[in-house]
Amino acid sequence: MARRPELTVASPRDRGLPEAIGRPGPSAFHRLNPLTKATLATMSAIAAVVVGGLVGPLILLALAVVLPAAAAGVLRRLAVTSVLLALPIALSAFVLNLFFFPGGQDVLLRIGPVVATAEGLAFALEILVRIMAISGAITLFYLTTRPGDLVVDLERRGVSPRIAFVANASVQTVPAMVERASQITAAQRARGLDTEGSFLRRARGVVPIVGPVILGSIAEVEERTLALEARSFSRPGRRTLLWAPADSAVEAVLRWAMVVAVIGLVVARATGALA
Amino acid sequence: MSLRLEAVGYRYAGARQPALLDVDLELPDGAVVGVAGASEAGKTTLCLVAAGLAPRAIGGRIRGTLTLDGETIDAWPMHRVAAEISIGFQNPATQLSGVTTTVFEEVAFGPMNLALARDEIIDRAWDALEAVGLADLAERDPWRLSGGQQQLVAIAGLLAMRPRHLVLDEPTAQLDPAGTQLVGDALLRLAQRGASILIAEQKTDLLAAVCDTAVALRHGRVAAAGPAAEVLGAGLDELGVAPPARVRLQRAARKAGLPPDVIGRLAEATAR
Repeated sequence: MARRPELTVASPRDRGLPEAIGRPGPSAFHRLNPLTKATLATMSAIAAVVVGGLVGPLILLALAVVLPAAAAGVLRRLAVTSVLLALPIALSAFVLNLFFFPGGQDVLLRIGPVVATAEGLAFALEILVRIMAISGAITLFYLTTRPGDLVVDLERRGVSPRIAFVANASVQTVPAMVERASQITAAQRARGLDTEGSFLRRARGVVPIVGPVILGSIAEVEERTLALEARSFSRPGRRTLLWAPADSAVEAVLRWAMVVAVIGLVVARATGALA
Repeated sequence: MSLRLEAVGYRYAGARQPALLDVDLELPDGAVVGVAGASEAGKTTLCLVAAGLAPRAIGGRIRGTLTLDGETIDAWPMHRVAAEISIGFQNPATQLSGVTTTVFEEVAFGPMNLALARDEIIDRAWDALEAVGLADLAERDPWRLSGGQQQLVAIAGLLAMRPRHLVLDEPTAQLDPAGTQLVGDALLRLAQRGASILIAEQKTDLLAAVCDTAVALRHGRVAAAGPAAEVLGAGLDELGVAPPARVRLQRAARKAGLPPDVIGRLAEATAR
């Protein structure tokens, strides 16, 4: 190691941000402001519940989920992800409503004591479409938005850095937790823990894995806090952001229009104007 | 302009025995001070105290005085201390902010918190990345790096703060020799710009290469203090610490009965 090396002369400052930071998305829909996409997802989900019947939610699914997903080129991934996401709840809701719809008259199918009625089927389909619309709307947001982008955008709009940090950390430490869990699983296996075999056997194996995962994370909190302190995280006032997603007046109008439309829907539904 | 500890003692909350006793230490601007000692000798505690985190952030009781440029800092809030003294720990995973998706943003995290101008932040982040040889990894996800690379990212994150005083607790624990050398060089450059650095390490070779002065700890007390060349000598064995390679080499040469002039040439050749 050289003793006291010469102070390096600063190179010409033509270096900007690395390209990966704030790189624009591949489609126009990707490039929408994250808040616009979040508003679309939230408002579609609310509208899917508020709008009654089968046709309304179907139109919503087509216009607010399928069409933008096709435009963004993520239709196939959206279909797979949102179906997988909604499958457990959609399936149970469908079966429950199909067979146990109260007051159904038109019998379609009888399996022992349970009866599937036409009324039950109609209602089950309505529920199914709504669940798909909600799951599709949320999936569309996640497929077209990088995790940190919405947080950066919210911080730019004045949300406190602490809240932004918590929101960001909760999303982005998931892979770290998964990694830790797999390390602990491997370590416990090396010490003879049985993680294969019957369901009961595997269930028993969960305890010695989950315990260390949670306790380990808690034990790290202190050092994490100290490290954040050392990097001036607790300094009061605003911090500098390196970049922020683009936004436009048109998108702002669009967002408010969506909110107003959904409020209108709720009012219409509540006053009986929309049956 | 210096960071000074006078007759400092410290006891962790709930502990019966003090972890640190009667420690005097001065970090003048531009000085690199090494801390050697076996495990449990008080290296980490000394780092926490010198960085103002103990007792401020972790509780416990402190005695003696800690001054920055002659001013007692006991009443300062943590963020004010942090603006003057940075600290790095040995576990890189706990030092990554956990909110960034690229190495570049991770390194820029501290300067962003300082609310510096955007261009200044970008410059500092690139400088720090180049200092630790990670400029090529600027776009990578910090969670998908090796332990050693993560440690370099953590150190770059501290360098980007351009701290006036830097405290490092075993910063190269997970690094290979090349990475250790990069860190050593980066620390020397930082000191050259006028920062003072306190570095606790098991790797006495690194300490011998970068430090002007050093202290050796045993059971929380200073067992030896003075010029690095003296403290980091054969006396380290008694403290349970392996002396630098050149000290061991000379000892082996003497033991093997090599003639004095050969040993003298050996000492010359391995001197830094």
